[in-house]
Amino acid sequence: MKRLDCLKAIYPQLEDCAVVTIMGAVAAELYSLGHRANFFYLEHAMGLASSIGLGIALSQPKRKVVVIDGDGSVLMNLGGLTTMARSRPNNLVHIIFDNETLLSVGGGAPGGYKWFTTATSVGTDLAGIAKAAGFPRAQMVRELEDFEEAALDAINGDQLTCIVAKVDAEMPKSFLMDVHMLENRFEFPRALQSRRSE
Amino acid sequence: MPVSVANSQVVYDAMKGVGVTLVSALPETWLVHLVRMADEDPEMTLVRLAKEEEGVGVSAGAHFAGVRSAMLLQNHGFLQAINGIVGVSLLYKIPLLMLITDRGSFGEKDPWQTEGGKYTRPVLDALHIAHDDLNRADEVKPKIAHAMTLAQSSLSPVALLLQRDLMWEEPK
Repeated sequence: MKRLDCLKAIYPQLEDCAVVTIMGAVAAELYSLGHRANFFYLEHAMGLASSIGLGIALSQPKRKVVVIDGDGSVLMNLGGLTTMARSRPNNLVHIIFDNETLLSVGGGAPGGYKWFTTATSVGTDLAGIAKAAGFPRAQMVRELEDFEEAALDAINGDQLTCIVAKVDAEMPKSFLMDVHMLENRFEFPRALQSRRSE
Repeated sequence: MPVSVANSQVVYDAMKGVGVTLVSALPETWLVHLVRMADEDPEMTLVRLAKEEEGVGVSAGAHFAGVRSAMLLQNHGFLQAINGIVGVSLLYKIPLLMLITDRGSFGEKDPWQTEGGKYTRPVLDALHIAHDDLNRADEVKPKIAHAMTLAQSSLSPVALLLQRDLMWEEPK
């Protein structure tokens, strides 16, 4: 399963959501589908995309918040899963693309070679961890149609949900993003506050 | 427990007075009443963290959503959160109000608190984070107001260091 195909499958549903992504491949590929002001790409501070999503979800309870995370980032903030689970906002969807690699920070290479795998490559089950942390819904998917069904169900639903999508450790076609971090930083709250759905 | 309830209330009221409606926290002795007040206040969202760095992200999210927030933490919590402060608050120019209980200075009886206190100010200074001490009840309200004003205007983290004289009442 390819990350880009997963992103394409949910892209139309993200229009009214607050979307927070991690850096690297996820950000570049979502950007490549068409940037929107309600997308925030966290280009550093690995692990904190989910914490930012939690802060938004608690502050705008009527807005759907979609965090698009990665296995490497989540492993840097496993405790954050317990914080999300105990806060349990029903408007937060946590998608984790699990390529079993620290792809975007130098752990991957063109052709799928893995320089630096994560623990999910040898059995660590992030959906199991999320479930055990107290997420009311958490599941792992390996096929595109399963991802699409689970993700759209979660985005249209009203329950804190974690979806772990096993994807190929493939570099994006390009890492180019023609929106500056600070431009993105200022347009994002403007979009969230001008179209405040409460 | 000789943590000052009255002065904790002064700090709590000052936070609410500057519009804080979301607080993220990890407990330490001096913070017990502040955390309890946030928990008991239906107008306040309390986020109980597993580790302090998360709070930097939570506060950034709240800011994006138009909500004012604060973090309650201790010296070691601040030291733990440094990567988030640099990689989110400073890098992205996001206001962050930190109320840090400043353990490990004169009067500290717990040996394990004595190290972290030594580095809090030098690290704040190294990061060019504006900070001030809260020693007395009468300075709490204006200093928290000024700290929040600067955080919002400079789009930066600011820190107030809660001191022993404010937070602790020696048993008579």
